[in-house]
Amino acid sequence: MSKIPENLLYTKEHEWVKIKDGVVTIGITDYAQDQLGDIVFVELPEVGDEVTQLEEMGVVESVKTASDMFAPLSGEIVGVNKFLMQEVDGEDNEDFHPEYVNQDPYVGGWICKIKISDESELEGLLSPEDYKQNTAQ
Amino acid sequence: MNEGLIFEISKPGGGGFVAPHRDTPSVNPKDVIQRDIIADEPPDLPEVGEIDLMRHFTRLSHKNYGVDTHFYPLGSCTMKYNPKVNEKTSRLPGFTDIHPYANINDVQGAIELMVDLENILCEITGMDAFTLQPAAGAHGELTAILMLRSYFDAQGEKGQKRDTILIPDSAHGTNPASAALAGFKTVEIKSDERGNVDLSSLKEHLDERAACLMLTMPNTLGLFDENMDEITRITHENGTLIYMDGANMNALMGVSKPADLGFDIMHLNLHKTFSTPHGGGGPGSGPVGVVKKLEPYLPDPRPAFENGRYFFKTSPQSIGKVCSFYGNFLVLVKAYTYLISLGGDGIREAARMAVLNANYLKENIKDTYLLKYDRKCLHEFVISAIWQTKTGVHAKDIAKRLLDYGYYAPTVYFPLIVEEALMIEPTETESKDTLDGFIETLKKIDEESRTDPDKVKNAPFTTPVKRVDEVTAARKPVLKHT
Repeated sequence: MSKIPENLLYTKEHEWVKIKDGVVTIGITDYAQDQLGDIVFVELPEVGDEVTQLEEMGVVESVKTASDMFAPLSGEIVGVNKFLMQEVDGEDNEDFHPEYVNQDPYVGGWICKIKISDESELEGLLSPEDYKQNTAQ
Repeated sequence: MNEGLIFEISKPGGGGFVAPHRDTPSVNPKDVIQRDIIADEPPDLPEVGEIDLMRHFTRLSHKNYGVDTHFYPLGSCTMKYNPKVNEKTSRLPGFTDIHPYANINDVQGAIELMVDLENILCEITGMDAFTLQPAAGAHGELTAILMLRSYFDAQGEKGQKRDTILIPDSAHGTNPASAALAGFKTVEIKSDERGNVDLSSLKEHLDERAACLMLTMPNTLGLFDENMDEITRITHENGTLIYMDGANMNALMGVSKPADLGFDIMHLNLHKTFSTPHGGGGPGSGPVGVVKKLEPYLPDPRPAFENGRYFFKTSPQSIGKVCSFYGNFLVLVKAYTYLISLGGDGIREAARMAVLNANYLKENIKDTYLLKYDRKCLHEFVISAIWQTKTGVHAKDIAKRLLDYGYYAPTVYFPLIVEEALMIEPTETESKDTLDGFIETLKKIDEESRTDPDKVKNAPFTTPVKRVDEVTAARKPVLKHT
């Protein structure tokens, strides 16, 4: 049974959202990482990018498939998890650990932070209970 | 035993080649070749004696795995047997010893073959014209989409607004890639619970920006869309064209013509449907067929016949060349040979047998592996290893275990709409004995997944290379031999 922490909100696309002071941290859920299998690469948005709710903002690639990530909320990207960057300033990142998404999807495997521009969009997110229903189908 | 690389058996001074006696004066390359293109050091070539070299490559050749040695049920790839007569005809000197720049009067036969082949493909598909230039299926897709761009651009502002291609989630994975490469946006259309295009999802996206609907037919579930007429009607009503990914034409040839189903443009894979070697076996060919209104946009130059003479013609609206000269010509010779050998009745029979073989396999394993879309399939079908995951065995493990039993693995994890997917296409050329052996093996592996799951999870054991660490290979690839 996959873990669904009580203190987070979720999307149908199997992403989690954690809100703090108008900035949300997002990642993919335990269920999503389990379905994808061993993650080998994450195509991240760039800091400063403007993203729109439900539009594509990156790609998670595993050994068996590649899956689009959709922005759960609109806003500006204000941070990305540097452990998921294959290159930093054009050099190979020695601390590249895509396996964090598998091992620790809710903490060490976070994907990016968004400074949200429209709080009303939060209403469209799923509660832990609703998300649980969603994955049970 | 694992065979080392040629560089690993190389020893300094070990080479066995002696250059013939020279009867001309020596020249220093630096005196006669531009300095900036001369390498600083000689190339690092392996030095191996002739007999060791011969043994190395002969041993490697013994590890060859192909449709000539084993059953190859790779879904959506149509790994049928390639008749050897194709090799014989394609080696005739009249085909091999000609040059694209030869005088047109000296290559009348070669151009005749191309015109004839185009006509046969038109007959099979109902299309009005074909180009034989594209060198592969996805190259055909790209060619077709570039033609669509020109077609819509010629309609002025309204046509230029069409920048989106609709692609069902049961289509081949190359479709969205080709569309994006040609500069279009892509939208995914959902499948319904019977594996057809979801009509409400399609209607929702048929707007003034929809240039084309790209359908794989039959789709990657091996299913014929039951709502084809309705799809054609609503798509054409919107001014949107319909493309057929014809990679699965093996199910339809001689039975159903794509133009009659309402398709405007399509590609074929000669290397799948028409028995020319593929994979590691040879270059491909992805001809594109069109209805009349799209003909002016076909790539140039096109083979033609007028006043008793074969020649090449051009069109002012053509998208231009998409391949050097005339495509992979000798592949065309092989496909032509296949078509002439079988004839119209023969290819119909082949399609029927392909469908029969797939349904026979499907019916015999659907109690062992979950069949999500349980209806009559065409040339292939998709099962799921979801029942086997209870003991931690996944589709990829079953695929690898099949290697131990001497089978090529089916396509796995595709289409994405089936979890733990195994996509199986037997083709018409396999005997009932072969199919029965495969059914028995799949049942045996299912049993192993319950009684000895670790065996399945650690397979293969009998191949030259055992289970590879795909995760590390993807995360930290070593791309250079040192």
